[in-house]
Amino acid sequence: MFAVDVPYWAQSLLRVLGGTVAVLLPAGTIVYLFLFKMMSFMQSRLGPMEAGPYGSMQLFAEVGKWLQKEDIQPVKADKRIFKMAPLIVLVSTFLLVAVVPFGPDAYFTNFDAGVFYMLAVSSISTLGILIAGWSSANKYSLLGGLRAAGQLIAYELPMVLAVLGVVIQAETMNMQGIVLRQNAGEIFGWNGLGNPYIITQFVGFVVFMIAVQAELTQAPFDMPIAESELVSGYMTEYSGFRFLIFFIAEFATAGVFALIASVLFLGGWGVPFSWFGWKSINDVDNWMNVAGPLIMFTKMLVLTFLMMWVRFSYPRFREDQLQRFAWKVLIPVALLNIMVTAVLKVAF
Amino acid sequence: MADKRQVVGLAKGLGVGLGVTLKTLGHTMKPKKLGGGANTVQYPHEKEAPPIRSRGVIALREDNCTSCMLCSRSCPDWCIYIEAHKTLAPPRRAGGAPRKVNIVDRFDIDYALCMYCGICVEVCPFDALFWSPEYEYSEPKIADLLHDKTKLGEWMETVPEAPELEAGADKKGKK
Repeated sequence: MFAVDVPYWAQSLLRVLGGTVAVLLPAGTIVYLFLFKMMSFMQSRLGPMEAGPYGSMQLFAEVGKWLQKEDIQPVKADKRIFKMAPLIVLVSTFLLVAVVPFGPDAYFTNFDAGVFYMLAVSSISTLGILIAGWSSANKYSLLGGLRAAGQLIAYELPMVLAVLGVVIQAETMNMQGIVLRQNAGEIFGWNGLGNPYIITQFVGFVVFMIAVQAELTQAPFDMPIAESELVSGYMTEYSGFRFLIFFIAEFATAGVFALIASVLFLGGWGVPFSWFGWKSINDVDNWMNVAGPLIMFTKMLVLTFLMMWVRFSYPRFREDQLQRFAWKVLIPVALLNIMVTAVLKVAF
Repeated sequence: MADKRQVVGLAKGLGVGLGVTLKTLGHTMKPKKLGGGANTVQYPHEKEAPPIRSRGVIALREDNCTSCMLCSRSCPDWCIYIEAHKTLAPPRRAGGAPRKVNIVDRFDIDYALCMYCGICVEVCPFDALFWSPEYEYSEPKIADLLHDKTKLGEWMETVPEAPELEAGADKKGKK
C-alpha cells in the first residue's frame, strides 16, 4: 500500500510528531470548543471574547499565564515524586494514543493485543494521581488521591467488561481488526452501513461512556477534585507548569478515550466498505489515510460533546453513591451484556 | 433496589437536565436579531443600564447645601468632610435685613471609607445629596478616591429623575 520507502529515523520522527499532534490537537479543541465556549453558552454567557476573534487565542494566553507562574513545591513534599506525578499522568495519555488506528496505514502501532494494552495502559494514570496526592504532604491532596484511586479502580472494571462485549463480537483484540470488522460487516445481510457496534453493543457503549466519564474524573464523577470539599483534590499543591500538564492530560485523555470509543463502537476511521466496493483492507484506497484522521476527529468531537454536555449538566455524586453506582449497577449490567453477547455469538 | 416509578422518574429528571442546558446553548447561539444571545453584556464595550435607584455614588447639589453638618455627623465612617464660612446675602424682599448664608468651601467624600449605607442621603434636610447610578470611578491610588465638591457636583447630571410617587403618597419626594 505504501509505495514510498520511508527510512526508520523518518518513521520514528513522523510517529513522534503524529503522536504529539494526536494528543494536543484534541485537547486544545476540546478546551476551546467545549470548556470555554459550549460551557459558557450553556450558562447563557459568551465566554472568552477578547483574545483573538471570538477568543480563539485564549488558549495561548492561558498557557502563557501558566508558564510564567512560580514553581511552588511544599516544604514537606517528596520533591522528586511530586515532580514526577504529572508527567506519569501525561505519559499514560501518550501511551494510549499509540494504539489508536487513524487509517489503513496511518497508525502508530498495530498489534493483536491492542485492546488489552489500551486497558492496561489507561490505569497508569491512576498511579500518577495517587502519588501526586501522597507526595504533596497535604491532607486535601491525600484525600483527593485516595478518592481518585478508589474511583478509578471501581470504574476500570465496568470499562473492561463493556469492551469485552465488543471483543467477543469482533473476535479480535486488534484495534485495526475491530475497525475492519465493523466496516466490512453487515446487519442481517444489509451492508449499507457496515455493522457499527454501537447498534449491537448499545448497552456496552453506554456503560463504556459512563465509565470513561468516571475515569476522566469529569462531573458528575469529579469527587477526587471536588472543589467545595477538597480545595482541588490531588492538584491542590500544583501550580504553574505542573498544573498545566495535569490540565492538558485531563483533556487529552478525554480526547483519546473518545477516539478509542469511536474505534470500538462507531467504526473508527472507516467508511462502510460497501460504499466503494472494497472487500478487505487491501482494497482500501490510499486517500483513506488522509480522510481517516478527519473522520476520527469528527467522531471524537461528537463523543466529547456528549461527555462535556453531561459534565456541564449534572451535579456531583456523593462518594458512597459513586461507589454503589459502579459496583451495584454498572458491573452487573456489563456482566449481563457479556453473557447475552456470548450466547448470541454462539447462537448466530 | 429502587422501584420502577423511581427509576422512570430518575431517567426523566436526567433527560430534563440535559434539555435545560441544551436549550440555553441554543438560545445563546441564536443571533441577537432573532431574540437570542447571552444574558450577559461585554462590559467595557457595551454597558448595562443600571437599575433606577441603584447605589452607585453619592452626588452633591451644592446650591442646596447649607453646611448644616448633619450628614457629616451621621456618617458611620466619618468620611464626609465639610468646611464653610458665613457671608451676607441680599435680602429676599426689598427693605429687609441681609440674610446670613453659609458658603461651602469644602465638601469631600472619601469613597475609600464610604460604605454606601446612604444615611447621609436620608438625613439631608435640604435635598442636597442624591444617589447616582454612576459606578465607573475607580482610581489607581486609594488616596485619589477622596472626591471634592466639583466632582460630586458633576455626578449630579447622572442622577435620574425620581420615579412617580404612588397614588396617595406624601408629596415630599426628592428632586
